[in-house]
Amino acid sequence: MDTVGLVAMASIIISGLTIAIGSIGPALGEGRALAQALNAMAQQPDEANTITRTLFVGLAMVESTAIYCFVISLILIFANPFWNYVIGG
Amino acid sequence: MEITPDQIVYWEWGVVTLNATLVFSWVVMGLLAVGSRLVTRNLTSGPEIPRWQNVLELIVSRIRDQIAEASGGRPDRYLPFVGTLFLFIVTCNVLDAVPGFKAPTASLTTTAALATCVFVAVPVFGIARRGLGDYLRQYVRPAPLMLPFHVIGELSRTLALAVRLFGNITSGSLIVAIVLSIAPLFFPVVMQALGLLIGVIQAYVFAILALVYIASAERAHQQETTDSASAT
Repeated sequence: MDTVGLVAMASIIISGLTIAIGSIGPALGEGRALAQALNAMAQQPDEANTITRTLFVGLAMVESTAIYCFVISLILIFANPFWNYVIGG
Repeated sequence: MEITPDQIVYWEWGVVTLNATLVFSWVVMGLLAVGSRLVTRNLTSGPEIPRWQNVLELIVSRIRDQIAEASGGRPDRYLPFVGTLFLFIVTCNVLDAVPGFKAPTASLTTTAALATCVFVAVPVFGIARRGLGDYLRQYVRPAPLMLPFHVIGELSRTLALAVRLFGNITSGSLIVAIVLSIAPLFFPVVMQALGLLIGVIQAYVFAILALVYIASAERAHQQETTDSASAT
């Protein structure tokens, strides 16, 4: 296989793996946070507003690790820096 | 398929290019400026207030309440900066649902610029409040060994701020584009609605994080130990 094909294959496989493995952790974390928040809301319904707001912010922050993986796989597919070396050199 | 609105170039002359990010940023800026100018042109404090003045008062007072709640008092100090960030981002993200509009926040340049504003604003607020020496001393607290970690933390949280907003908005519009090509009947509307929710939440998160960073740079010594915990 020539170098162009090799780089393309590696990029596509790795970008798939990146998003697949990278979303496991945030998914577990978000599920745990949501479960805890539901628990807290069931025990203290009066605090539901505060809990919901903090939960949303927290979920968005936990999710950002998955978003980093997503950005990495986007870079690998659409803006791979190694293309320049392979095609130019 | 364009992954960022930077790639849509409307006009080019030498090194000056006019891409979709720039154009739609100007659209949002014009919309916000002209809209609030039109509304605030004839303000009244009587019992009968115009409809749009009511809307604007609601937005501003809600933002003030949120800032006061998150920073513990004195919302007017942060309102201009944090409120502007929130309003700009939320307008960009919500208008993304309009066909033909490309959200400027789906481009890494816009979000990096916004994150740089926060990066600069943190020491400005901190020095204005505590003085230069006192502000710089927090970097070598509790020991000078911590200096590189403080610096790295400051840089990496700026990067995280930019990439978080960019990734969320880009993934929203990208998912809609992909779903549109495989199941174009009903499903894209659901994803679009989810994108609206995520856009508003991300605008809120961006503003709240900017506020937290600024407030932690301003904070007095006794809570210094919690600084590093909230920095990441």
